[in-house]
Amino acid sequence: MLVSLYRYNPDKDSEPYMQDIDLEVPAGKDLMVLDVLELLKEGDATVSYRRSCREGVCGSDGMNMNGKNGLACMTPISEVVKSDKLTLRPLPGLPVIRDLVVDMEQFYNQYKKIDPFLINDELPPGKERLQSPEDREKLDGLYECILCACCSTSCPTFWWNPDKFIGPAGLLQAYRFLADSRDTATEERLLKLEDPFSIFRCRGIMNCVSVCPKNLNPTKAIGHIRNMLLERAV
Amino acid sequence: MSTQITNFSRNGVSDWLVQRATAVICAVYAIVLVGYLLLTPEITYQQWKDLFSHTGMQIFTLITLLAICAHAWIGMWTTGTDYLRVHTMGEGADRVRFIYQIICILVLFVYLTWGFKILWGSA
Repeated sequence: MLVSLYRYNPDKDSEPYMQDIDLEVPAGKDLMVLDVLELLKEGDATVSYRRSCREGVCGSDGMNMNGKNGLACMTPISEVVKSDKLTLRPLPGLPVIRDLVVDMEQFYNQYKKIDPFLINDELPPGKERLQSPEDREKLDGLYECILCACCSTSCPTFWWNPDKFIGPAGLLQAYRFLADSRDTATEERLLKLEDPFSIFRCRGIMNCVSVCPKNLNPTKAIGHIRNMLLERAV
Repeated sequence: MSTQITNFSRNGVSDWLVQRATAVICAVYAIVLVGYLLLTPEITYQQWKDLFSHTGMQIFTLITLLAICAHAWIGMWTTGTDYLRVHTMGEGADRVRFIYQIICILVLFVYLTWGFKILWGSA
């Protein structure tokens, strides 16, 4: 199999380049893309990428595989390899630190903006803030996000306005707290989102939905927030 | 740096509502006009002039012209602040975007006043 790998070492290279490597893939096995990277690293220890849990929980190895974002540890090569060729690039739109390692600062800055924690100004009960099973159910499909950034970096609006558009990952989390019956900061949260950029730059093209390795639906969450903003306004 | 200063409403909710409401007005106007063209077997100059001399049609047309201007401005402002950016065009993009916005406003203003003149000039 031919692997075309994005290479960039700012200490050595004046600009990024694609390195073509012929790789002997063990027969009869459907390797994950992360396994392919491990094999490449055996041959060249300078190949750089992030990885940790290798089972789709930590969200470290988000990358662009044959044009589509995803987690390398959860993506079998049979799913992405076309004509015996695999092209690996870093997540699009974020500054590259080295090879497949990107600077996630812009992504985390947007996440920070939505106050990703429970806010409750009422006196805390003795033991814990209880929630009915129905209210808890409202958080399904929201809390599972692992912040791998596959969705936000596949969104053209996030590429163009990474400093102002919260992005699908941040907005999914914004709705996670807006939908939480224990949170009392709904008004403050909505106030922060009503400008023309933070949420209204979403054009609903659903790239985020198509790449989410957890099969979550940020577009739907964005629709819910938009409805909350409209109900509050009219 | 692109900010929302040049956006007239400075509010995403109102832009979103205005864009949808104006789209409905434009769609209804288009349906009415196409309906008129289809239901009128032979249109003469006099019929066309009478149509646009009717006060109701003049008001409807003026509302549609205003709706087109509002709709187009929100769309063009959004497009400009997406594409005409430093990281897509390099240094000087802010100046280009500002000139682009002024041109958009001028074109829309000419469109509106010209339409207004045609409309009321026909009375």
